[in-house]
Amino acid sequence: MKKLINAVDDVLTEQLEGFALAHPELNVSLEPFFITRADGATQGEVAVISGGGSGHEPLHGGYVGQGMLAAACPGQIFTSPTPDQMIAAAEASHGGAGVLFLIKNYTGDVLNFETATEMLHMQDIAVQSILIDDDIAVKDSLHTAGRRGVGATVIIEKVVGAAAASGYDLDKCAALARSLNLRSRSMGMALTSCTVPANEKPTFDLKDDEIEIGIGIHGEPGQERVPWQPVDEVVARMTEEILEDAGYSRTVREWDREAGDWLERELVDEPFAEGDQMIALVNGMGATPLSELYGVYRKLAHICKDKNITLARSLVGSYITSLEMQGFSITLVKADNETLTLWDAPVRTPALRWGV
Amino acid sequence: MKPSHCGTRPCARLLCVGGYDVGGYDVADVVISNAQLLVWLERCADAMSEHKPELTDLDAATGDADHGNNMARGFNKVQEVLPAQTGKAPKDIFKAISMVLMSSVGGASGPLYGSFFMQGGMAISNEDGMSLADLQTFLEKGVMAVKKRGRAEAGEKTMIDALEPAAEAVKASISKGDEVSAVLAAMVEAARAGMEHTISLKATKGRASYQGEKSIGHQDPGATSSYYLLHALQETLRETVQETP
Repeated sequence: MKKLINAVDDVLTEQLEGFALAHPELNVSLEPFFITRADGATQGEVAVISGGGSGHEPLHGGYVGQGMLAAACPGQIFTSPTPDQMIAAAEASHGGAGVLFLIKNYTGDVLNFETATEMLHMQDIAVQSILIDDDIAVKDSLHTAGRRGVGATVIIEKVVGAAAASGYDLDKCAALARSLNLRSRSMGMALTSCTVPANEKPTFDLKDDEIEIGIGIHGEPGQERVPWQPVDEVVARMTEEILEDAGYSRTVREWDREAGDWLERELVDEPFAEGDQMIALVNGMGATPLSELYGVYRKLAHICKDKNITLARSLVGSYITSLEMQGFSITLVKADNETLTLWDAPVRTPALRWGV
Repeated sequence: MKPSHCGTRPCARLLCVGGYDVGGYDVADVVISNAQLLVWLERCADAMSEHKPELTDLDAATGDADHGNNMARGFNKVQEVLPAQTGKAPKDIFKAISMVLMSSVGGASGPLYGSFFMQGGMAISNEDGMSLADLQTFLEKGVMAVKKRGRAEAGEKTMIDALEPAAEAVKASISKGDEVSAVLAAMVEAARAGMEHTISLKATKGRASYQGEKSIGHQDPGATSSYYLLHALQETLRETVQETP
């Protein structure tokens, strides 16, 4: 293992210290770990908060700031954060209009955020949570933990963050996040594995001439390992799967503030059709050259044009990574005018910044 | 020191081994003192440190290789707060350590073990130690909490596959009138069998579920840590007995 680190145990603390020094506009708490805006809570604005294991930077800390997240809770590398972090982050960043947790669908994240949700409710802070599960490489919601939360997280955090900034209340923010998730589909692939510092060895083995299609952002197994292929073939396969994926259904647990208990909801993805307009994210997994990501975007755009699907907005770069994994993911989010207006709204964070 | 009711018949209480019990055996008698409870939790920390590499390796096979680190880190923190728990009732001890586990383990295991100790502990009304009836309730309520939090049932290759059979074995053993050491032996044996049974199961919960059929053949790390925690309880009481003159 060769990494730009000192002692393994100090990795997270030191990296967050560096993040804090580079971004004085943010507050970084190290005990427990959470990141908020330095100018404090915005009164009357819903606090959109997310979090998850570290190792996916700039997610989520890099998206804290005006027009996006109110706070982020980084866990240990690839390990979910804990309820005390989430509660401290919520207390520090909420402006009296409630807290919306955006949770990527991983068992650890879900259980920790659910625990925090119950505890915040007991503290009389209005709280809602929405699950993000856009990774279509997982087909089965019945016999697995379900689809994973991946690239759509970036887009949902941006759009819902803008909604909160423009005055949407907690229920409207939650409804928007839920709706966006049902209009989001992603798929990833890897050329190489990644190495968690504490484990000292690659998470999985991939031969020099092999690629893995459908990989998760922690190296969860994909659909298939195949010999290397030209980028156009890989992108075509992934794009077609994304466009054709039909009606994924899952049961999610959402917090019912009236009842003070969890409510199960059956949710089904919205179909994609010709004539739709999309926000497209071509995302690098951490060690992919930006130039190669544009090679991916080229083919994606060609296919979508042929199918009469408009890529109304695009984001190309490394926005939700998997340490030093080489590879990419494609995310498409079906966008109506409300979504595009919120996407274009000003945002000022370490990793996304426009209109300000 | 023998409790005052120790008399002429062989005593069921571990603390009274070598003594004699006049009144016979009552499930409401205290068999785990508050001090022993703290020793148990101390031994849990030792067990998690000792088995850290094994738990990590098991997790590497189907998950993300962090269970050993997470459990060792969490129980290390538990160890730090144990001195402050001296003299507290079981329910308060369990509440304190469940908060520590929830905030320091991370992953899915933090909230699951946190819920287990929190809900299990809250069901113990006894202020001074735990009886066999308390142990039964503790395990039953703890298992219920894990099932609810994790939305899981037995047979999904999780810690429930060790914890639930252990809770059932305790109940069955008590209803047969077994003595304390036999109840604990039944608990640990059931947990061990449940843990080993996970090898044959396909994971349908947690990160291992993405492995599908490939998860078969691997022992579940959560069931394994559960087994070690219960095993530590048996060891704690066994040791205390040996130390009793």
